[in-house]
Amino acid sequence: MPSKKQGYSLVERYLPYLLIAPALGYLLFFIGYPLTQGVLLAFTDQNGHFTLQHVYYLLYSPSSNFWPALEDTLALAAVIIPIQIMLALGFSLMLSANFKGKDMALYILIIPLTISDVAGGLIWYSLLTANGFFNKLFMALGIINQPIQFFGYQFRPMEFIAIVLAEVWRATALVFVIIFAGLQMISKEYIEAAEVFGAGTWTKLRHIIFPMLKPSVQTALLIRTLFAFQVFGVVMVLAGRDIPVLAGEAYYEQTVLYHYGVAALYALIIAAISVVIGYIYIRMFKAQYLREVTM
Amino acid sequence: MSTPGETPPIRYYLLRILFAGIVVLSCTWVLLPIIISILYAFSTPQDFYSPKMIIPLHYTLSNIQKLLALGAAKATMNSIIVAVMTVIFSFALGLPAGYAFARFAFKGKDSLKLLIIGLRMFPMLVIAVPLVTLYIRLGLNDTLLGVALAHTTMALPFVILITSSIFVSVPIELEEAGYVFGLDRKQTFLRITLPLALPGLTAAAIFTFIMSWNEVFMAAVLTLTNRTLPAFILTSAMAAPDIIKFAASFIMILPALIFVFIARKYLISMWGITVK
Amino acid sequence: MVDVKLRGLVKRFGKTVALRGIDLDIRDGEFIVLLGPSGCGKTTTLRIIAGLEKPDEGRVLFGEKDVTYLPPKDRNVSMVFQSYAVWPHMKVRDNIAFPLKIRGVPQEEIDKRVKWAAELLQIDELLDRYPHQLSGGQRQRVAVARAIVIEPDVLLMDEPLSNLDALLRVKMRSELKKLQRRIGVTTIYVTHDQVEAMTMGDRIAVMNAGKIQQVGTPEEIYLKPANTFVAGFVGSPQMNFFDATVRLDGEKLLDAGEFTISLSDDLAAALKDYNNKTVIVGIRPEYMYPRELAPKNMVGPMIKGVIDFVEALGSDTIIHLKVGNKHLVIKLSGSHHYRIGEELVVVFSLDKLHIFDKNTGRAII
Repeated sequence: MPSKKQGYSLVERYLPYLLIAPALGYLLFFIGYPLTQGVLLAFTDQNGHFTLQHVYYLLYSPSSNFWPALEDTLALAAVIIPIQIMLALGFSLMLSANFKGKDMALYILIIPLTISDVAGGLIWYSLLTANGFFNKLFMALGIINQPIQFFGYQFRPMEFIAIVLAEVWRATALVFVIIFAGLQMISKEYIEAAEVFGAGTWTKLRHIIFPMLKPSVQTALLIRTLFAFQVFGVVMVLAGRDIPVLAGEAYYEQTVLYHYGVAALYALIIAAISVVIGYIYIRMFKAQYLREVTM
Repeated sequence: MSTPGETPPIRYYLLRILFAGIVVLSCTWVLLPIIISILYAFSTPQDFYSPKMIIPLHYTLSNIQKLLALGAAKATMNSIIVAVMTVIFSFALGLPAGYAFARFAFKGKDSLKLLIIGLRMFPMLVIAVPLVTLYIRLGLNDTLLGVALAHTTMALPFVILITSSIFVSVPIELEEAGYVFGLDRKQTFLRITLPLALPGLTAAAIFTFIMSWNEVFMAAVLTLTNRTLPAFILTSAMAAPDIIKFAASFIMILPALIFVFIARKYLISMWGITVK
Repeated sequence: MVDVKLRGLVKRFGKTVALRGIDLDIRDGEFIVLLGPSGCGKTTTLRIIAGLEKPDEGRVLFGEKDVTYLPPKDRNVSMVFQSYAVWPHMKVRDNIAFPLKIRGVPQEEIDKRVKWAAELLQIDELLDRYPHQLSGGQRQRVAVARAIVIEPDVLLMDEPLSNLDALLRVKMRSELKKLQRRIGVTTIYVTHDQVEAMTMGDRIAVMNAGKIQQVGTPEEIYLKPANTFVAGFVGSPQMNFFDATVRLDGEKLLDAGEFTISLSDDLAAALKDYNNKTVIVGIRPEYMYPRELAPKNMVGPMIKGVIDFVEALGSDTIIHLKVGNKHLVIKLSGSHHYRIGEELVVVFSLDKLHIFDKNTGRAII
C-alpha cells in the first residue's frame, strides 16, 4: 500500500485529519470532560464516595422541584410544538404562492430566528404587562375594564399562556425554515402534474404536498422537541420559578442553593433525554443521507 | 366551475383580498411585538404608565441611559468581548475542519461528519454546570474567557458544518485552475478559495456572534460579576422598572436586527444548515 | 516547449480502475486529441499530466524530466477547464495576469503579455469587466487567453467547447486550431466529440475503458480503425457491422447468411487463418450505394434488401435497409426519394471492407 502512494508526502496524506483534529479534540474535551465530571458530581459526596443522596433529593425531597419541572417542561412542549408546526405549515404554504412582496414577507417571518429567548420574553412582557400594549388597547376599545393580569404567582395559568405566546412567536421561525426548505425541494412539476390530472387544492395538499413534506415535518418536530428540554431564558423572564422547568431548576440548584450534585444530575437528565431524541434524529438523517449518496 | 375565458370576478377578488389579509396578518404578528417593545423602550415613563397612551407620544433616551448606568454598559461590553472571542476561537478551530470536509476524501469522513452532526444536537448548556468545578481549578470561573470557551463548544459544530458547505459551494475547478497556474495548496486557499468564500464566511461569523450574544444559560452559570448582557438581564435587570426592561430587550435585539438586514439572503441557508 | 511521454499509467478510484496502463508519446508542438466516451479515462489522463491527480503506477515525462509526482505549479503547464474556471472575484485583466504575477514577471512585461493574449483572443475590449458580465463564449476566450499567456510547455484542454452553443463551437474549433498553430505549443485536448477530434487533432488517441485503443492521424483513425471500438466510435452514422463466416475451400467468400461476399485473392490470402471461422465485417454507411447511384466503374458485392426507414436530412439521406435479420445503414449525400417498403440493391467496393477478429475485435484488414 505505501509503495503505491509514493509521491504523497506524509503531511499531505494526513492533512484532512490534521485539519479536523483540533476541532474534534476541543469538542471531545469540552463535552467529554464535563460529562464525566457531571457523573462524578451527581453520584459522589464531598468525600468522593458513591452516593445516591442527590438522586433521592431530586426525586423525593419536598424542596426539590423535579417532578413539577418535568411536568411543566413537557406541558409547554405539548402545547407549543403542535401550534408551531401548524403555523409553520401555514406560513410555508402561504410563501409557496407567488405574490408581490413575497421576499419581504419571507424576511419578516424569519426575523425572530435571531432573537434570543430572553429578548423574546421581554418583548412579550411589553405587550402583556398590566400597562402593556394589549391591556391598554383592549381597555381603550372598551373590551375590558380592568387590565388582565398575566404575571405573578397567583396568575400562573396566565404566565403559562404568556410563555406559550412568546415561544410560539419566537421559535416558530425555526420550524418554518425547515418546513419551507422542504416545500421548496418538492419539484413544482409534481404539483403541476397533479393539477393537470385534475386535482383540486385540497387533493393536492392531502395527497401530494403533505406526504412529501413528511420528512421535513419530522425533522422540525424532533429538533423542536430537543430544544424544548432546554427551555430556560423565556421562562425565567416571564415566570421565574412560578413555572419550573428542567434547565431553570438546574440553574437554581447550581447558583442559588449550590447543590452542585443535584444541578449536575439535572444536566445529565437533559443530556440523556436529548441523546435519545438525537439518536432517533441521526438514524433518520443517516438513512436520508445514505439515500442521497447512493442516488 | 367556471368555463374558460369567463372570469368569476367576485370570487377571484375575494380570494385575493383574503390571501393579502393573511399575509399582512402574518407579518404583523411578527413585526408588531418588536415595534411595540422598541417604542416602549424609548417611551417616557409618563406615557408608558398612562392607560390612555396605547402608543407613546413622547420619547426619551433616559431608559437606555439608566439601564447602562445600572451595569448594562459593562455587560454589553462583556457580551461583545465574549462573542468576538467565540467567533475567533470557533473559526480558528472550525474553518480548517470545514475545509477538510469540503475538499478531501478520506477514510472515516462520513462517520466523522455524522459525529459532528450529532454533537450539534447535543444540549451544550448542560456542560456549563460541571464545567464550573474545572473552571474554579483553572481560575477561569467568572471570566469572559471561560464563557467564550464554553460558547465555542456550542458554536463549533455549527461553524464546521456551515464553513464546509460554503467551501463546497466554491467550484473545485477554480481551485484547480489555481494549482495549474502556479499556486500551491496554501496559496490557492488564500488567494482563490478564501476570497470567494468570504461573503458566506462573513455571514457565518455574524451568525456565530449572534449565537454567543444570545446565549444565557451558560453565561449565567459561569459568571458572577462579569455578567454578559443576557445574564445581567436575567439576574439584575428583572428587578428594574418595566421600561428599563424594554430598554434591555432593545439592546439585546439590536445586533440581531442589523444582522437580518445585512445578511438576510444568507439567513435561511444558514439556519437550514444548523438544523438539517 | 517539450514532448510528453506517458509510461504505463494506472489509476484506481477505490475499486474502479480508471486507467489500465496508458502509454503515449506526444511530440513537441503537436496537437493531440484524447477522444473517447465518458468514463473512458481521458480526463483522468489529462489531470495526471496536469498534476491534479497522481497515478498509482506509471510515469509522466516532460522531455527527459520525470514530473510524475511534481505538483502542478512546478510543471509549467496550463489548462482550459470545461467550466472555464475563470475566477469570478477577479477582472478579466487580473485573471489573465494572475499566472504571470505568480511567476514574478515584472509588471511592464505582464501588461505587454496580457495585451498580446487579449488581442489574440479578441477580448481586449473586455479587460476591465468581471466574469459575470461576460457571455459563455467570452468567458471561454478569457480562459484560453489565461492559458496561453504564460507560454506553457504543455497546454491542456478539457472539453473546452462542450458548454458553447453549436454555432460558436464550430467557430471556436477553427480558431483554437489556428491559435495553436501560431504559438506552436504542445497541446493535449480532451473531447468526446469525434468531429472536434477529426477537425482539430494532428493525431488522435482513441480511448475506451481505461486503455488507448489506437493512436493515429484523423485519416488513419477513419480509414484504418485498429479494432471494432474505434471503427464504431468514429464515423457517423456508425459503421455497419455483421458476422460472417470465411469460406476458402471452394469459391472464396464471406458467408453472412442472408448474402455472401466474394473475396478477392488478396483478401482471401489475408484471411487464410480464418477458414470456416466467424469474423466481424464492417462497412461504412457512406461507402454503400444504391445500384443506380453507384460510381460508373464500380464493381463489387451487391446486397438486396427492403427499405425499412428513411431519414431525409436535406444534405444527406440515410436509408435503413432490412436484409433478412440484418440491418444496414446507407448514407447518401444529397436529397433522394426512396419509399419505405421499396426493394433496394446496394453495392460497395471490396477495398472499403473492414474485417475484424471476432474474439479480439482487432482489425485483420
